[in-house]
Amino acid sequence: MTRASRYLLFFVGGGLVVVLYVWGVVGLPTFGSTHHPYRDRAVSASVAHQTANVVSSVNFDQRSLDTLGEESIFFASVIGAAALLRPSKQEREASEAGSGGGGHVMASTRFIGYVVFPLTLLVGFDVVAHGHLTPGGGFQGGVILATGLHVMYVSGKYEALRKLRPVTAFEHGEVVGALAFAGLGFAGVGVSGSFLANVLPFGSLGSFLSSGAVEVLNVAVGVEITCGVIVLLSHFFEQAMEFGHGKAAKR
Amino acid sequence: MNDLVLVVLLTLVAAAGTAVVMTNAPERQAVTYAFFGVTLTLLFLALQAPDVALSQLAVGTAFVPLMVMLAIRKIRGGRQ
Amino acid sequence: MRYYPYFVAGWLLLIGCFGIVRSRNLVHAVVSLAVAQAGTYVLLLSVGYQRGATAPVFGSTQKPNLNVVDPVVQALTLTDIVVSATVTALLLALAMQIAKRHGTVDPDQLSTLEG
Repeated sequence: MTRASRYLLFFVGGGLVVVLYVWGVVGLPTFGSTHHPYRDRAVSASVAHQTANVVSSVNFDQRSLDTLGEESIFFASVIGAAALLRPSKQEREASEAGSGGGGHVMASTRFIGYVVFPLTLLVGFDVVAHGHLTPGGGFQGGVILATGLHVMYVSGKYEALRKLRPVTAFEHGEVVGALAFAGLGFAGVGVSGSFLANVLPFGSLGSFLSSGAVEVLNVAVGVEITCGVIVLLSHFFEQAMEFGHGKAAKR
Repeated sequence: MNDLVLVVLLTLVAAAGTAVVMTNAPERQAVTYAFFGVTLTLLFLALQAPDVALSQLAVGTAFVPLMVMLAIRKIRGGRQ
Repeated sequence: MRYYPYFVAGWLLLIGCFGIVRSRNLVHAVVSLAVAQAGTYVLLLSVGYQRGATAPVFGSTQKPNLNVVDPVVQALTLTDIVVSATVTALLLALAMQIAKRHGTVDPDQLSTLEG
């Protein structure tokens, strides 16, 4: 398909989309209206289960099956990217492992890295652990933890990052997180007959030990996202740093 | 007052999105995309969604630009 | 202001698709796709907004009440952000493999299917 025909197709299709979209949008309630039926029901259900963060309650209690689906998509994407980024035989033979030294890092950058690295890990654990009380949770905290680990790369050498990051351990961690989520779902079946029912004790609104299974599912998702993102980035780093200087494989 | 803040942030988001698409070099797009992520975070905060803002900040300013830069390095390195 | 956020969301979607159509580099196309995805986040959150309402998180300063924005759309959006970033990673991995096999990431030169 030539560029001109592609542009033509885009403008025709895009024009149709604009017409349909504007027609649909002017039928919506205006921006900022007070009519939100799902909000009324979700907030009442969340308070009944003593969860202070209603968004976490929706994610891990009221619609936890959707979250199981989302984390399965995540799991499958990490596996797919790992399969795509396997080093080929030519790359393995031509690799210069250990050449990831790179440029010179200023002493101030290294110092800031030493200060920021434990702080970021602490913030990440806090965000995961308090997901049922304050804004946060397994998804956000997992990404913070995983990218916080890579402060080691920014402020130091790639070798330091590789030593601190045993990839096999993180692959196992990802599987443990995913299985913990599904396992808790089956525990719900065992206790009360429905998958992913909230079967742990509820506690009182606002205290740390509240909202039952939301907290445990949060931690399971946090573990899975952290380990999955670290594994994903490790494959990208491996391809870019260790095999990135070889000749092109074939035309 | 809050309406004015929302209008300004929405316009900023639209402008930043256009800038990301109009940047042709992918290595510069990583930086523009990080800026777009920050404007989205501010918009989500103004729309009273702190959970979503935290998620967007962590993902859009650290995770995606890092992967884009690593992909570009691999693609450029293999073709030299 | 009644419909402005919805139009901004539609604009982001269209400009992202335009970026994919016009791009000469697969990595540029992947980042434009991420911009189009951001349009859906803006649309979802704008649907759930209420003037004068606060965030759907309760604590010592805010007792449980119904004057909050819609939490269901926020729950949909926040998992979507993390998962779409991972799908973006998958697309970038595909782009890297294409560069390795064909030596180019220009979509116009990748039109032949080789056996």
